Amino acid sequence: MNLNIEQKNEIVLIYVKEERLDAHNSGELKLEMQKLFEGGKKNILVDLKDVRFIDSSGLGALVSGFKNAISHQGNLKLSTLQPQVKSMFELTRLHRVFEIFTSTSEALENY
Amino acid sequence: MEKNELEIDIKVPNQTRYLSLIGRIGEDIAKELVRYSGNRETLAYHINLVLTEAMVNAIKYANADDPDKMVHIFINITDDELLIKVFDNGQGFDINSVPPPDFEKLEDRGRGIFIIKTLMDCVSYRKVSDGNVLEMSKKLR
Repeated sequence: MNLNIEQKNEIVLIYVKEERLDAHNSGELKLEMQKLFEGGKKNILVDLKDVRFIDSSGLGALVSGFKNAISHQGNLKLSTLQPQVKSMFELTRLHRVFEIFTSTSEALENY
Repeated sequence: MEKNELEIDIKVPNQTRYLSLIGRIGEDIAKELVRYSGNRETLAYHINLVLTEAMVNAIKYANADDPDKMVHIFINITDDELLIKVFDNGQGFDINSVPPPDFEKLEDRGRGIFIIKTLMDCVSYRKVSDGNVLEMSKKLR
């Protein structure tokens, strides 16, 4: 899958450059985040601007990353969700779990 | 077939790379349902989603990720109902024994069937001659 990864101070910024985050590609995102935490990174920001569609596997990969972040005394936050993607977080009550920001810059200021 | 009726019958290999193709077909069909009184864009997104979830259920769990198996998808639209059937060749499971997700516990898995049951009006999973079928429908009027 297409991921652009940048380091901004203490935060790793992952841009998911895919239209769909689903059971076909979400395992790669999960693995990538796992590698970052195991390599000593603590804070990840996942930018979902390009993601138009997310399924339960995509949500599950982000939940896995979130739990991984907490167990490494870090945090995983999300930014720029498209409306239909945001509605999936609401449907599954995950909007109560994740800190979701409307822009990447706002998210970066809130770590 | 009646004049408003539409039927699609597709078989794809048991591989997740076909999720987007089938999801997109469902989404495009829903966008054309001018007789649907609700928000068509939302309906289209939901059809893409339930097709994706049902196919993942067939591919990963029922058909145990066997790339040589097939998934059979049947979509039928009548005047007042959209019906989707997803057939697998696996062992099957009891859909009524799948618990709803525990929103207080953060599990990686277990949201797929909940999403399908939430977005569709009627959902069942039962044995057929050579496997199982997940059947889900939505009223259009």
